Amino acid sequence: MNLKLRIWRQKNANDTGGFFEFEATDISEDMSFLEMMDVVNQQLVKKDIDVIEFDHDCREGICGMCSMVINGAAHGPQRGVTTCQLHMRSFKDGDTITIEPFRAKSFPVVKDLKVDRSAFDRIQEAGGYISVDTGNAPDAHSIPVGKAEADRSFMAAACIGCGACVAACQNSSAMLFTGAKVAQYALLPQGQPEREKRVLNMVRTMDDMGFGNCTNTGACEMACPKEISLENIALMNREFLKASTSER
Amino acid sequence: MGLAGAGWTLFVAGHMAGNMLIFAGPETFNRYGHAIVSNKPLLYGTEAFLILCLVVHVALGIILTIENKKAKPKKYAVAANPAKRSSLASSFMALHGSIILVFIITHLMTFKYGPEYLVEYGGETMRDLHRLTLEVFSDPLYVVGYVICLILLGFHLSHGASSVFQSLGLNHPRYTPVIKKAGFVYALVVAGGFLSQPLYIFFFM
Repeated sequence: MNLKLRIWRQKNANDTGGFFEFEATDISEDMSFLEMMDVVNQQLVKKDIDVIEFDHDCREGICGMCSMVINGAAHGPQRGVTTCQLHMRSFKDGDTITIEPFRAKSFPVVKDLKVDRSAFDRIQEAGGYISVDTGNAPDAHSIPVGKAEADRSFMAAACIGCGACVAACQNSSAMLFTGAKVAQYALLPQGQPEREKRVLNMVRTMDDMGFGNCTNTGACEMACPKEISLENIALMNREFLKASTSER
Repeated sequence: MGLAGAGWTLFVAGHMAGNMLIFAGPETFNRYGHAIVSNKPLLYGTEAFLILCLVVHVALGIILTIENKKAKPKKYAVAANPAKRSSLASSFMALHGSIILVFIITHLMTFKYGPEYLVEYGGETMRDLHRLTLEVFSDPLYVVGYVICLILLGFHLSHGASSVFQSLGLNHPRYTPVIKKAGFVYALVVAGGFLSQPLYIFFFM
């Protein structure tokens, strides 16, 4: 299949940037979206033009590195997939595809489609950990964990931190990401010692990083390749309300 | 934000239900209006509560909108496909909210601070709000504006009425789908009820 691509190119965070048109020819529908980008870049190399920069790593939907907003949707038109898992069969021959970087003040563009998502690392550092005694490893089943809680915690922990929630949100809110990180520990006995401190620190860091506020549009949940539920945001709101009223 | 909105969400349902008395004839409607303004503690209490809710709701709305616009300095060139796009109502809360605020002010100027027609029932003089209402709703331009604003109010409520639950941390797979549907029906009933009044008056009275 042959496609027309409108790709955002930007030299660095201070450059204004703009759309440039490229042709993608002889693309197999079995290729992933990133493989299609590789083909386009290969052609650019032959023409001695700077390649289009984009983030990628594992290419199997678990690392959270790939990003891109494809035709206005973070990770493309399908639900529950990352850009690397999106196949070209989702598009038709002759289509024009508009590709932009994730847009948020807290995710400055590094170059072209690559953005700096280290604001997420700051949120993680603020509370995404638990205290563990040193010494010999404890027995694996020494702490009883309810099956339902373990499942809910696991669903939250499926977050790969890609930032699609922030990209899709009209307010660039990071509530789904932070909610998932708070929930995965709040639901487990191992997360209890830092429970209150965690939610307070993570939410405050999230605000300091310049992310917007949640207006419950649900765009994040629809964009999330791991289908993290809005339930996690409600859980974080509950945790925050409780922790902030009992804070000393 | 949500709690202050909830105050108005509850008020509009009562206001809509009370206005339905317009269909019960001039005397019932005027006596209803008179009963409200005669009960000073109820009147002033409700007014104070609503003003407080409105000020908090609007002030927080402005602050949050400014913060949110700052957090998203650049929008996307194209809109996402329907499977990944949030509802129109939830995406434009600030816009229809602003129009509703202008509507509330105009609405108060038209009715509460409008012409003081008087009528007498059994020796008791009161405002003839029935006459004023009929007069106002005979103007096609006013009716069109009123209808547009009430549809926007319906949109605003269809998101706001259920969104407050999520903001306060109430989200449960068993209850949330019901809350969302109930919020939508609530908006439909309130907006539909309000709309029936000017439309009936304009076309049939």
